[in-house]
Amino acid sequence: MSSPVLSSIPMVFVLTGIVLYAVLAGADFGAGFWTLFSGRGEHGLHIREEAHHSMGPVWEANHVWLIFVLTVFWTAYPTAFGSIASTLAAPLFLAGLGIVLRGAAYALRSGASAPRENLVLDTVFSLSSIVTPFALGTMVGAIAGGRVLVGDDAGHRFTSWLSATSLFDGVLAVATAAYLAAVYLAADATRREEPELAGEFRQRALLTGVLAGGLAVVGLIVVHHDQHVLYHELLHGRALPAVLVSAVAGVVALALVYWRRFEPARYVAALAIAAVLIGWALAQWPRVLPGLTIRQAAAPHDTLVAVIVAVLAGGAIVFPSIAWLFRLSLRGQFDPTSEVDAPRSPRPDTSLDALVPTTGRFALATLIAGIGLLTFANGHVAHAIGVAMLLAFVATAFLALVPALMPEPPASPPVPGPDESQPS
Amino acid sequence: MQALSFSVHIPLVCFGISFPVMILFAEARWLRTGDPVYRELARRWGRVMIGLFGIGVITGTILSFEMGLLWPNFTATFGGVFGLGFAIEGFSFFVEAIFIGIYVYGWNRLSPRLHLLTGIPIVITGFTGSLMVISVNAWMNHPTGFKLLHGKVIDADPWKALLGNSYFWNELVHMYLAGYMVSGFLLAGVYAFARLRGRWGRYERAAITIPLMLAVLASIAQGPVGDWAARDVATTQPVKLAAIEGLAHTTRGAPEHLLGLYEDSKVKFGIEIPHLLSVLSFHSWDAKVIGLDSVPTSQQPPVNVVRFSFQTMVGIGTLLGALSLFALWVRLRRRRLPDSPWFYRALILAGPLSVVALIAGWVVDEVGRQPWVVYHVMPTADAVTGAPGIPVGYGALVVVYALVAAGLVWMLRRLANRPLDLEPEFR
Repeated sequence: MSSPVLSSIPMVFVLTGIVLYAVLAGADFGAGFWTLFSGRGEHGLHIREEAHHSMGPVWEANHVWLIFVLTVFWTAYPTAFGSIASTLAAPLFLAGLGIVLRGAAYALRSGASAPRENLVLDTVFSLSSIVTPFALGTMVGAIAGGRVLVGDDAGHRFTSWLSATSLFDGVLAVATAAYLAAVYLAADATRREEPELAGEFRQRALLTGVLAGGLAVVGLIVVHHDQHVLYHELLHGRALPAVLVSAVAGVVALALVYWRRFEPARYVAALAIAAVLIGWALAQWPRVLPGLTIRQAAAPHDTLVAVIVAVLAGGAIVFPSIAWLFRLSLRGQFDPTSEVDAPRSPRPDTSLDALVPTTGRFALATLIAGIGLLTFANGHVAHAIGVAMLLAFVATAFLALVPALMPEPPASPPVPGPDESQPS
Repeated sequence: MQALSFSVHIPLVCFGISFPVMILFAEARWLRTGDPVYRELARRWGRVMIGLFGIGVITGTILSFEMGLLWPNFTATFGGVFGLGFAIEGFSFFVEAIFIGIYVYGWNRLSPRLHLLTGIPIVITGFTGSLMVISVNAWMNHPTGFKLLHGKVIDADPWKALLGNSYFWNELVHMYLAGYMVSGFLLAGVYAFARLRGRWGRYERAAITIPLMLAVLASIAQGPVGDWAARDVATTQPVKLAAIEGLAHTTRGAPEHLLGLYEDSKVKFGIEIPHLLSVLSFHSWDAKVIGLDSVPTSQQPPVNVVRFSFQTMVGIGTLLGALSLFALWVRLRRRRLPDSPWFYRALILAGPLSVVALIAGWVVDEVGRQPWVVYHVMPTADAVTGAPGIPVGYGALVVVYALVAAGLVWMLRRLANRPLDLEPEFR
């Protein structure tokens, strides 16, 4: 069994992933929620467009946090993952279904243009945007409530995630997602100087914010009845500071929204959500499932080390990239603007042509060497070189063969021929 | 169920592997020549790429759900060994998602050179992502890097298990080339269709040349690589080879059968070529080839499924290779693309056929390993979930995928029907 610190680190990664998924992708789900409650006509269309537009560049990246959570979790805590996945198969499946439909509807919408088709896609999109966070919320409730037992399919298949706490968490997840989205969208609209739209989302944010806050309070009462241990930990145990932070941040965020300070509200609202999730984690630390601590659930030592190294190394690449993506996105660089590039005049590309005979010969040589080494030589080294040769053949032959087949550069200024002016 | 999701996901992976390369080539060409055809090409393909990637994200998520849903015991026992591969794959996916967003939405908002650079991580991560998944599969075929004690894994060494695996390298190269073939032929097929319909402008010519030439060259290289992979199977998984060839008994100088049906320990109605199997597998006239009877019947994979899939894959591969050689010959002789409409008709077929070959190849790999999920370590029956309701889920998934596929086709048609924007000035 690994040391307590080592075995906990991946769990910290998992929690970080869950928090980021909740505050980033949660808002994308919420945007889907608002496409359903956008109202009719021109006005509603505007809101739907806004919701879609703000997700465009980021939703795929946001979504990958879930995949990150799943993979780290099953690598580092295989037993716990197996138990959760088998007992909670039904909500997991629902969430998966929702994700498929939602992503598909979204991806397809970029190709759709007729309003009637968009309406169908939007409906699918928004319904699945509600189902998915609901299902994920019920799973959190089931795990937090200790209703997932250790072992293959050991917990009850339905009551585990259909208890009062679970259902409640599901509803709360949907409400929070809607709230977050409204705050983010209000901030985006303000940035693009559309005060009317920002006002719309402000109203929605206030409404859902109050709703989510109220639900959270009622939730504590439900938990009190349903899961006394959890209640105790949340209000009297280690989790109390996190719960307090969440409450304060929630109120501050609402106030900021009220005073139309949307940009700071974005971060404070996210903090409130993060604090709730951290509170949940603290409340049941170090228990993953009933009778299973993090240490018992953890994979062997070497695997944990490998996971940690991989995550840190990956993080060193991912975080700067994601920071750049969000900077571009938050600064409005992806908003539709006028084009900034200077036009270029066509000129023939002769740089490759001069090389064609040489690359051609090189390609032939690599092909023969590659086949020879791979087929008639033995040993790993010879085969590796052979493969490298064949790949080099594909690359160089491509460079040698393509230029002659490419169309001639158009006479300048280019006159579109009859076959080009019609839509292809 | 997972097989279904895989079949949907794998062709998308092919695009993930090779599409960014084609797009970047087109964009680099635009930067060099300033010819708006290439810019339009890169932009349109970029839009298609993000659509396909979106669907790929979804099917990928479903796959990771299914790992838990369907194979809880498999992940619970061996998660510690192979999970690392998926973790790295997850990261690749992540970076890919980030840069695809920047690339596709960043047209005209970043400087052209910087924009081109943002495409490079997409190429790299498309490669590393598939690399890690293939390494997991290779590990399932040739498990190393851990010890088993009373059903628990001890001494796991994930790096060695995944990357220090001889089986991995040929699977990777084989799959990588297949990726170029599938997406190359599919894309070229689209423009071949356009040509047969009489649309043959500068745009279509550029658009067919890039994928076609990549697919042609990849198909030619695939021959020796496939042969190499098969020889490796012969040494590490002799029973799989025996199933592929329908070889009932261990034989010296074993013959090869083309077509036919395996029944009562022999291949019926097939064309027999004496000694060929020994020569192909071990480069020796009289080499001993292990037969199915080396293991008990209960440990033999379903021979006809494996055999049929293998022959499908090789048959299609050979046809595609012939088509490729023809295209290459015309290019070298006449310095142009083939003229014959039959070539373009064949090209339209080549795309779907290459997908069939791809899936058949995976069937050979996966079914050929049965009844093992981890070769000679864990039987499939032990890995599968105890939860009921799987058929219901399966049906739902089929319906959903059908809807998604229909939607995708419709979206691609929409994208293709947008008028070309070939003005050298920007809008």
